[in-house]
Amino acid sequence: MAKKKERTYEKDVIGDGIHSIRKVIEPPKEPSNHRMKYALIGMSALFLILMLVLPLIVVISNALRDGWNTYVGAILDEYTIKALKLTVAATLCAVVVNTIFGIFASYLLSKFYFRGRQLLATLIDIPFSISPVIAGLLFILTFGNVGWMGEFLKSNGIKIVFAVPGVILATIFVTLPFVFRELFPVMNSQGKDEEEAAALMGAGGFTIFRKITFPHIKWALMYGVILCTARAMGEFGAVSVISGHLRGKTITLPLHVEILYNEFHTTAAFAVSSLLVILAVLILIARNIVEWKRK
Amino acid sequence: MIPGFGLSMGVTLTMLSCLVLIPLASIFLCAGQLGIREFLKIVTGGQVVSGYVVSFSCAFFAAVVNAVFGMILAWVLTRYDFPGRSLMNGLIELPFALPTAVAGISLTYLYSDKGWIGALFDKVGIRIAYTRIGITIAMIFVGIPFVVRSVQPVLEKLDRQYEEAAMLLGAGRGYTFFRVILPELFPALLAGFGLAFARGIGEYGSVVFIAGNIPYETQIAPLLIMAKLEQYKYADATAIALVLLLLSFVLMFVINSAQIYMQKFSK
Repeated sequence: MAKKKERTYEKDVIGDGIHSIRKVIEPPKEPSNHRMKYALIGMSALFLILMLVLPLIVVISNALRDGWNTYVGAILDEYTIKALKLTVAATLCAVVVNTIFGIFASYLLSKFYFRGRQLLATLIDIPFSISPVIAGLLFILTFGNVGWMGEFLKSNGIKIVFAVPGVILATIFVTLPFVFRELFPVMNSQGKDEEEAAALMGAGGFTIFRKITFPHIKWALMYGVILCTARAMGEFGAVSVISGHLRGKTITLPLHVEILYNEFHTTAAFAVSSLLVILAVLILIARNIVEWKRK
Repeated sequence: MIPGFGLSMGVTLTMLSCLVLIPLASIFLCAGQLGIREFLKIVTGGQVVSGYVVSFSCAFFAAVVNAVFGMILAWVLTRYDFPGRSLMNGLIELPFALPTAVAGISLTYLYSDKGWIGALFDKVGIRIAYTRIGITIAMIFVGIPFVVRSVQPVLEKLDRQYEEAAMLLGAGRGYTFFRVILPELFPALLAGFGLAFARGIGEYGSVVFIAGNIPYETQIAPLLIMAKLEQYKYADATAIALVLLLLSFVLMFVINSAQIYMQKFSK
């Protein structure tokens, strides 16, 4: 059907000049186009439902399968609350460090030209290409008993590995490039003319940043912070390696889910997961609002 | 001259060194203490090699599936208008926002022989959870946003005139797609493929539950590192990690070079 249509099309182009010009201005709508369209939309919808939506429904339905009281019990459990507190603390630290690093690094790489600029950009991206398990291992090899800083830390009574600082460091490591990744393209495409003009007129560094650079990157910064939050609260591999699984001390929410699941408290594991699902949905909504505002 | 060069350089380098470069140097330092013979003995052990094979083959298949479906999703989201389009668009980042451990236990439940989808396949004699198929599915889950979000912006910017010209000149719909549109999208598609591939190789949280950890069958490389750490075999873990690290750097380098080469070649 489609082929036939196209063949007449070709004749139009070669044969009747005026007719073909009309066709160029108004491309005809083909019925096969619609069939293709609905087939592709159907495939996409099926893929998304099977891969993304069903897992969410599984979490919610399993969390509630033993009734509301069991659900509330699992969430208000002492260890769940402690895990939630550590997750929030680690996420906050990651967001703060990320924001500071992201702003300085993207300012440096977009407003100044220097030797090694490309290399620096590549180095900043390293945490993205490293497996989270290896990220955790790096900190054990640095600060653990086997690490070269282990002796020094031990004699000073500082504990990083299998303690809260390690969990926070690992979370910061895996999320480090997020804000930079969002800010850099925006600052780079904005160029540096406005900043140079302001500097010529005698504005100080902080004033230039606050009055000129910041208004351009406001939404990109929000976007980066949202992505960083999502990754930080859900980080599992790196934290799992370095936390040592000390219940009530170094357990974050995702680790708590793992422990409950491995101890066959499946309903409780899904109940705690549902908390994380709610947070994930909130993050998605926030992401879409920010993206809409940016446009 | 804009002020702030010294300050931003100082802050960036200090933070980067303390948080990334110094810890990264530790792995080379530790591996250096091993000695080449011992190192080779660890990384060529049967279980370790099978771990690399499982990780790379499953991540590769997952990235291929993601490239196909990611392309279709990006196409549907940019070219068609239908009710629920913005909801669909908003859902793409879900694997990114959902903690991997949650995705892991949920996918395991769904695809185990008692789960909603797993039971259907079990009747035909196909087991998904605790096999390599399960690992691949978990990797598809974590990788899909990378392909969609790489291709989508390029597809949005693509000038529709080329396709219209191709069609007017008599090219069929399929011919136009493969010869006119796809070459334009290919670098972005390859970048998305590379990111999804790399993510799949390193992925731990969502895979560990569905993999079942059967030696020589479903043991992925990150899981091997974890197992060695639990036995306090730090040297083994370091050696396995170093090879995995180098392999993923090589992979990223190859894909980046291919992308740069194609962009030059097409211009």
